[in-house]
Amino acid sequence: MNLFSEAAQFLTDPANWSGATGIPQRLLEHVGYSVLTMGIALAIAVPLGLWVGHTRRGGGMIVGLAGALRSLPTLGLLTLFTLLMGLGLMPPILALVLLAIPPILSGTYSGVAAVSPALVDAARSMGMTEGQVLTRVEIPVALPVILGGIRNAALQVLATVTIVAYINLGGLGRYLIDGLAVRDYARMLASVVLVAVLALAADAVLALVQRLVTSPGLRLAGDRP
Amino acid sequence: MTPSPSTQRTRVAHRVLRPAAWAAVTATAVFALTACGGGSDPLAENSGDAASGGSSDAVTVGSADFPESQVIAELYAGVLRDAGVTVETKPGIGAREAYVGAVKDGSVDVVPDYSGNLLLFADKDATAASAEDIMKALPSALEGQQLSVLDPSRAENKDALVVTQATAEKYGLTSIEDLSSVCGDLVMAGPPEFQERAYGVDGLKQKYDCSFKSFQPINDGGGPLTVQALTQDDAQVADIFTTTPAIQDQHLTVLEDPKNNFIAQQVLPLTAPDRLPQNAVDALNEFSTKLTTQDLIDLNRKVSGDQQQNPADAAKQWLSDHGYEKAS
Repeated sequence: MNLFSEAAQFLTDPANWSGATGIPQRLLEHVGYSVLTMGIALAIAVPLGLWVGHTRRGGGMIVGLAGALRSLPTLGLLTLFTLLMGLGLMPPILALVLLAIPPILSGTYSGVAAVSPALVDAARSMGMTEGQVLTRVEIPVALPVILGGIRNAALQVLATVTIVAYINLGGLGRYLIDGLAVRDYARMLASVVLVAVLALAADAVLALVQRLVTSPGLRLAGDRP
Repeated sequence: MTPSPSTQRTRVAHRVLRPAAWAAVTATAVFALTACGGGSDPLAENSGDAASGGSSDAVTVGSADFPESQVIAELYAGVLRDAGVTVETKPGIGAREAYVGAVKDGSVDVVPDYSGNLLLFADKDATAASAEDIMKALPSALEGQQLSVLDPSRAENKDALVVTQATAEKYGLTSIEDLSSVCGDLVMAGPPEFQERAYGVDGLKQKYDCSFKSFQPINDGGGPLTVQALTQDDAQVADIFTTTPAIQDQHLTVLEDPKNNFIAQQVLPLTAPDRLPQNAVDALNEFSTKLTTQDLIDLNRKVSGDQQQNPADAAKQWLSDHGYEKAS
């Protein structure tokens, strides 16, 4: 109980809510790293997933690649990239990008690939170009699954961004790593609580987005028992 | 469509399983938490284990759970064997709490330790910082706990401020005192705790009037990332342990610490009063006159570097090089 009240004390101490090492600043850094990571991962994984899903070529390779990437330990990659590239923002971000790619890639690929071939054929027979088939039929139908993958990736990234504090970067992981270094378990618990709250909040927002962009026709189909 | 009987059954099974699974998860979490909280439990287990192992006339040499301590323990064991003492080893006992407990309860007779940290462990309010003062304070601090130490060696493994040769030449640095005028232009890298411990950022400011431009925390305990920060000039000063092989491999300069900001950490045998036979005490005291920090750097390189030798083999080489013919 002591630990919990100490953590609560840390979270409510006004001194921890201002300045360059305060919670708002760390939160901002945490979200910043996460957004940057997700931006790069989306730019790589979504087009690749759409292409593979649409052409239905290389699906096996994508599944294998995503599985292989998932098995890489992010902290190990962070150390490796930092040793190869030197201290800085990009080595840890790259390690996180490799963490975020598999769920986005699998979600996008499987979402598009799962669109009924009959629907795609109907679109083609109406005279749609391949681009129109993709943007007007496949993406809208696959969107809930694609967003599911993105939600999954966002959660993982928000939780794992804590490890960038292993080197000289900020984020909420700073409290976790610095707390561990001086055996300050209350500070570590506070850090974990902040990350969990942030992740839940982000997931709620993404869930709302997912709901809003889902086409009404799909929603009806999904609601059917 | 109504679900088939089999799907129904699985759904029921799921419903039953779920709370059970949650209970299991919660129980595991609670166990894990209590395991963390009860810091003395592993100690009790450890020492109980160890007590059953030792035979009465042999000397049991223990070590902490990191490579350097294991190598020194192997050196102690070899030196004792060379003196005709029957030796058993018990490597990797754990942190200081664990191996001090093992020495107290007799399951281990001697274990290598570091003078400064041992003093702070025995007396957390101790203020001694120089090697001499620590050795003056240590015996009385240990006396109440039925512990004693033998003679210290010159070998030391302690925190030190380290710069590259280029930085040392550029600013003419040999000691932390030389730093004070240029601190404001330099970036320092070190473990995160350096920001908060008494010997850290505050200690440097008070003792040497040195405030760095910034402090970059790197959480690998003065390992390869910290060394790289130095060699790539991301930081100009770093906190690295004095027995790190990289100091030699990368031609780094260890800055002297005349005001003892980092307290001395001489390697010495921790034992209990009257536990060791006189010939064992004499042999270890003689050995301690020979061991140097450079030896520890070499031994660490063999154990933790590319060669990955096991501590016993690395120690064997040192012993035969130093005339301990009957060590194995």
